[in-house]
Amino acid sequence: MNRVRIATTWLDGCSGCHMSFLDMDETLAAVADRIEIVYGPLVDAKEFPDGVDVTLVEGAVGNAHDREELERIRERTHILISFGDCAVTANVPAMRNQFKLQDVLKRGYVDNVSHHPAVPDAGVPKLLERVRPLHEFVAVDLFLPGCPPPSEAILLALTDLLEGRTPEVQGKTRFGA
Amino acid sequence: MTTPSYTPDPTPYVRRDVNPVRILTFTIDGRDVSAREDETILSVARQNGIFIPTLCHLDGLSERGACRLCIVEVKGAPKLLPSCVTLPRQDMEVTTNSDRVADYRRKILELMYSERNHVCSVCVSNGHCELQNLSVVLGMTHVRYDYIYPKHAIDASHERFSVDHNRCVLCQRCVRVCDEIEGAHTWDVMGRGITSRVITDLNQPWGSSETCTGCGKCVQVCPTGALSEKGKSVAEMIKRRQFLPYLQMMRREGRRAVAEGIR
Repeated sequence: MNRVRIATTWLDGCSGCHMSFLDMDETLAAVADRIEIVYGPLVDAKEFPDGVDVTLVEGAVGNAHDREELERIRERTHILISFGDCAVTANVPAMRNQFKLQDVLKRGYVDNVSHHPAVPDAGVPKLLERVRPLHEFVAVDLFLPGCPPPSEAILLALTDLLEGRTPEVQGKTRFGA
Repeated sequence: MTTPSYTPDPTPYVRRDVNPVRILTFTIDGRDVSAREDETILSVARQNGIFIPTLCHLDGLSERGACRLCIVEVKGAPKLLPSCVTLPRQDMEVTTNSDRVADYRRKILELMYSERNHVCSVCVSNGHCELQNLSVVLGMTHVRYDYIYPKHAIDASHERFSVDHNRCVLCQRCVRVCDEIEGAHTWDVMGRGITSRVITDLNQPWGSSETCTGCGKCVQVCPTGALSEKGKSVAEMIKRRQFLPYLQMMRREGRRAVAEGIR
């Protein structure tokens, strides 16, 4: 039997949604023989593979790398799930949107440091002017709000997809915690 | 302050012996209902157990029609009508939950989210917020409009309370409760359209307001985390609204007593 190929990743987020994913505990083990996690922080693959059935994308789009990664994921994924409030609303990362990017960088790397004040420009992706939710860049198939989404809601969405149903998560999760 | 030219009264005591109220019949979602001519469609729907979502409405305050979430379809009317400020007519046919109504309600909710910075996860009212709950009830899982991310300040100049305009939905419950119940009229709305915001006195820091009595009624009726008690952290702000029906009842009985010459 072909296992359903699942990937997870996080962009501009805190990994909390992945913690909630792991909180599925033994229920995750129960579906383990029907899924294969092919990419993500939980496994070793270095590059996002082709032909992924379901991808859970945590985090907002905050920099150029996030954007490229998201577009690559969209090309290679059948069902893309906007996973958690940062992905769905841009949430806490978007709180910097009220300020100019240069002011944010200056505040973080120049004003508040006592040693080598300088905005880093090498080896790090360029920040976008504003942090945005996923669906402002690519088509999203399912929205799973929550900070984080409760593990029951993640399990419900995954099992519905495994059974070939359209997930109905209304009332199971909401914005915020 | 000048003396107001009239006293706003959400539930006026009118002598029914000389002003008999008419009873009329109409339908809500195909059900025959009867109503007094001075009752709103929302009120009649609630009496009949028919759910209409609301945000700016609060039992005990006058109606403002600010949020537009209670819109309903009325047969023959091209526009959707806010049921909290629309009175029924004889034989009117009201629909509370068509696809068209549900779609507009969702859009209204999304526009509210896009207009300010509602970051539920770090909000004092997380878990106790009427806006947050409405997104669940109306099945709104994401906002299809671009967020505006406006820059709004927090006024924490008051000794006990603070106002965070990032979370305000302009329902004007604070304005109404301060005016109609407390009688101070500290709150009002300044600006127009998307630049509107609630202000204290003549747009001065809340802490320097000369009219604010510090009663905190505005904080308790606020549906979101816009108005909160100081010292409350994320998800800790639980609003206490029990005072409102009691105050209303006592005042209504008082007016009745005066009108009937009991005292």
